[in-house]
Amino acid sequence: MIPGAFDYHAPTSIGDATALLARLGEDAKVLSGGQSLIPLMKLRLASPRHLVDINRIPGLAYIRETDGELAIGALTREADLEESDLIRTRYPLLADVSRVVADPLVRNLATVCGNLAHGDPANDHPAAMLALGAEVVAAAARGQRRIPVREFFTGPFSTALAPGEVLIEIRVPTPARRSAGAYVKLERKVGDFATAAVAAQVTLGDGGAIEGVGLGLTNVGPTPIQATRAEAFLRGKRPDAATLKEAARLAAEESRPTTDVRGPAEYKRDLVRVLAARALAKAVERAGGGR
Amino acid sequence: MQVRVMINGEKREADVAPRLLLVHLIREVFRLTGTHIGCDTSHCGACTVLLDGRPVKSCTLFAVQADGRELMTVEGLEQNGTLHPVQEGFMEEHGLQCGYCTPGMLMTSYAFLQRHKDPTEDEVRWAISGNLCRCTGYVNIVKAVRYAAAKLRQGGA
Repeated sequence: MIPGAFDYHAPTSIGDATALLARLGEDAKVLSGGQSLIPLMKLRLASPRHLVDINRIPGLAYIRETDGELAIGALTREADLEESDLIRTRYPLLADVSRVVADPLVRNLATVCGNLAHGDPANDHPAAMLALGAEVVAAAARGQRRIPVREFFTGPFSTALAPGEVLIEIRVPTPARRSAGAYVKLERKVGDFATAAVAAQVTLGDGGAIEGVGLGLTNVGPTPIQATRAEAFLRGKRPDAATLKEAARLAAEESRPTTDVRGPAEYKRDLVRVLAARALAKAVERAGGGR
Repeated sequence: MQVRVMINGEKREADVAPRLLLVHLIREVFRLTGTHIGCDTSHCGACTVLLDGRPVKSCTLFAVQADGRELMTVEGLEQNGTLHPVQEGFMEEHGLQCGYCTPGMLMTSYAFLQRHKDPTEDEVRWAISGNLCRCTGYVNIVKAVRYAAAKLRQGGA
């Protein structure tokens, strides 16, 4: 399959990239890992007239903690996340996600930021970043702005990024004491999108009650979903089995799955209930709950 | 656009359209047809080549993106008429039937073994999980990779 013709641009600075994007407007797409965009172009579901390849811009591949936040750069590959000691030790939710995005070969090119910028509700990082309360940094010729991830996904394959903007960084709050997360995904085979998946992040107080919680749902709606009712129910409660069970039921109610090749809507909704209970239990256990 | 790469240790260049996929540069321009096109949808891994040492699906990358970078394909494994241990492993352990997935399996395994000297069966299965074999020969493929690991530990190639 051959993609449609396009003009190729390979800027070597963010300034050059944003100037190009400002000039080319809606005719341009940003190429980072390309593991979603190029398949879409081969299927002619996307035929941009210009590709702005950001891979030649130095200094965009990093994972570091700075000013109380974890910063992930635009050219950080999924494989970099998977191999990061910082992620493995401090961000178990992201470590879980990094092992189930697509397959190991795709992860060598696919980027974490691209996983968000693509706006696909089936992608894995959106739910995780919702659960973590992350923000993204968008750069344009006129300057940069920060967008909370909970406001980022505006529809299927649609995001709050305006024409001329490029997502250059993800910012995640560094974890508080006694906090941890987990991502639980059911996939038919390695490399498939989730039939359903749930991301949970919890912070426990000194008394053992849930102080903070984030719950994100993958591929069970037109956008990634933050299960805000389940979150509100959990806040301030002790994470016992009955409480987690009720929260999981609420999360399932908040999902909006449709019937497709991966199963009927009813099945997926019930899957959210099961996976939410497992993700919450694992997050609580990792945060030191029950000890 | 002009693309210059180092492929299997040799400098090559070509004038290509931006939409040319890397796998087509390798097969049709450089005439290195050991790299196969399987699914053409980023699933099967038959087209796996090494880009700066990392295995990637060459059907999901534009040739222009490889400009200035180092490529290795299945043709680069054999040295002076001697098979690489990973190739020998696939032969000795019957790691192929139809052979279609084999070039991709070999390149993924080669890159994996650079960083994992004594992998468990589970680790090998994880490593090749982006490469599909429709003869369902995974049992022997895993054996082949572990054969190669053992041979490499003994200092072969």
